Amino acid sequence: MSTGTTKLDVVVSDVVPVNDLVTRFHFRRRDGQLLPTFSGGAHVVVEMRDGERTRLNPYSLMGSPLDTREYTISVRRDDVGRGGSLFMHRNVRPGHEMVVSYPVNLFSLDLRARKHLMLAGGIGITPFMAQTAQLAAEGGNFELHYTCRTASLGTYADLLRERYDRRVRLYHDDLDERIELDRLLSSQPLGTHLYVCGPAGMINWVRERAATLGWPSETVHFEHFAAPQPGLPFDVTLAVTGKTIRVDEQQSVLEAIEAAGVDPPYLCRGGVCGQCETNVISYDGKFIHNDHWLSEEDHRSGCKIMPCVSRFEGRSLVLER
Amino acid sequence: MGITFRNETFRDDFTFRNSPEHIRRFPFPFHEDAYMYAVNIEPHVVGPKGSVLENLIDVDEHYVAEMQDRAMVLAEDPLRCQSLPHMTLAGWDLLELLMEQQAQGYPEHFTLTRDGDRWRWINRPLGIDDTFTFGDTSTLPYGPMEYITRQSQGDFCILDQRDGNLWMDAGMVTTQADWSLDFDIGMNFFEWHAPVPLAHEKGIFTRALKFLTNIQQGKPARRLNWTMTINPRLDTSPENYHKWGPDRTTVTPENVGDKVHLRVELQSFWRLPRSNGIVFPIRCYLIKMDELVTQPKWARRLHRVIRDLPDELANYKGLTRYRPTLVEWLSKLDDGSPTSPGFGPY
Repeated sequence: MSTGTTKLDVVVSDVVPVNDLVTRFHFRRRDGQLLPTFSGGAHVVVEMRDGERTRLNPYSLMGSPLDTREYTISVRRDDVGRGGSLFMHRNVRPGHEMVVSYPVNLFSLDLRARKHLMLAGGIGITPFMAQTAQLAAEGGNFELHYTCRTASLGTYADLLRERYDRRVRLYHDDLDERIELDRLLSSQPLGTHLYVCGPAGMINWVRERAATLGWPSETVHFEHFAAPQPGLPFDVTLAVTGKTIRVDEQQSVLEAIEAAGVDPPYLCRGGVCGQCETNVISYDGKFIHNDHWLSEEDHRSGCKIMPCVSRFEGRSLVLER
Repeated sequence: MGITFRNETFRDDFTFRNSPEHIRRFPFPFHEDAYMYAVNIEPHVVGPKGSVLENLIDVDEHYVAEMQDRAMVLAEDPLRCQSLPHMTLAGWDLLELLMEQQAQGYPEHFTLTRDGDRWRWINRPLGIDDTFTFGDTSTLPYGPMEYITRQSQGDFCILDQRDGNLWMDAGMVTTQADWSLDFDIGMNFFEWHAPVPLAHEKGIFTRALKFLTNIQQGKPARRLNWTMTINPRLDTSPENYHKWGPDRTTVTPENVGDKVHLRVELQSFWRLPRSNGIVFPIRCYLIKMDELVTQPKWARRLHRVIRDLPDELANYKGLTRYRPTLVEWLSKLDDGSPTSPGFGPY
């Protein structure tokens, strides 16, 4: 979703260990200007250049949207993940120059809500840091329920209690404290919106209970914390221009075609406008179609691809370019 | 330098005219000799100097007159400007966007000074110099959206994004091609587009919605739309149909050049940062046939487009009654020679 955003050149202005697992990173603009304004729940995609490899990971902005001198993110170390969080923890130091995307919000507050009921699990607390700051500044009505493994791993729990007092309720797994979800969901005033961010199991549990208890789906908001899936590299033969190109992990087919000096038409670069639609001459493998332009029939036929967003896995692909 | 603002009217005696420079910069909407719907969306980036895309928010010689016309419309009908209660934050987003764009594009006419949340806004063409607190509605004479859109050409719809849809929850609409904010307020994207013929069958709205809900901050998009209007009237609203509808019966072979206007909307789409809404400015450009046909390529092409337009579209755009008269008049300016590809006059 975040591909195609404008990029920001930033410098790491501070690195703050928060607890055994979580470290906070502060970014400022290299040119000293203010960063773009954002809304609570927004994330940025951080580009990590790790030798030959580039990773693109999304992280929620956790500072106040009212302060755009810096962006802050909190990264939980994942010892078995794709390596992005380890790179951040091990390699990123103050003064490090990095590139982040413009903010994108896929977990927006519904500003019609009479009350915002927030449920956080673990590192899923980060988008709520920004949302509570935004709501508190406007006198908004919110209540935050936050579950963490232990008090020492309760990232920002003390800070939230200090800022918002009884509007924040903490639950510690090691003390066997549990959200009484059914009671909580059954006792909310009309016009309440529910937000949940945390492990997939928690999100599924909350959505299932909310649905069972009659919450309209449009009042239940959730954000799965998943890194974007870059594709495997693959080769493409361009039949018209007689070139063979390599599409890298982080590159679109369109970008690879352009890098080879071929200039196909395009407008939106987002799989919608249809301008870069390309005929497939032959293939041996499978397509990963990500566009909104081609019909399902086109997708099944294997005759067309939208090179701005779609990918391919297999032995050979020949395009009419 | 700066713009010389025209003293002109969009009603009664209709003194609106385009200067020769403004004829040449007119956003002619046909890149070929035929027209059909397409998802003609492209990135809204700055275009050539001297075009309407020189700045992303365009201010032109009609600015002062258009703002006067807007004030008259609002005095008669305050419901042309509405903002549902949850849209105030988006109104501040829009105020910031328009002040920044106008001050950046036209520093001789507009100045914005920011000191934290203490802002000073100087609008020289309209004689405004206000200091206010950003975010505090009580420091402005109107709500933030109304305040800034009384000082910005074009209509503005602010769309709330939720449940995978867009909702028309605020707007300033006084220069519209026969649609009503008061009727559409609170509707979602499919509801307010329900009357458009042919496009639903082509799946255009489903794709357009997907594109719009993905618009990113800092990456606005745009498209052109068009219709025709008799007399240079900005306010062709359903509320005032009784005033402008009958104008369509007044077109004669003698007055086509003066009365019939091509009406082009430059529509753009911007993500708003604080509210995560979308603002949809609809900027209306008018040009009378006499002015348009000073560019021979445009005259030939417009003849072919109007002549060959599918009946459903001609009817939806309200051209049916005077189309034969217009086509006959334009045909005399079309010698059948080819037209070059693209929008430009040459």
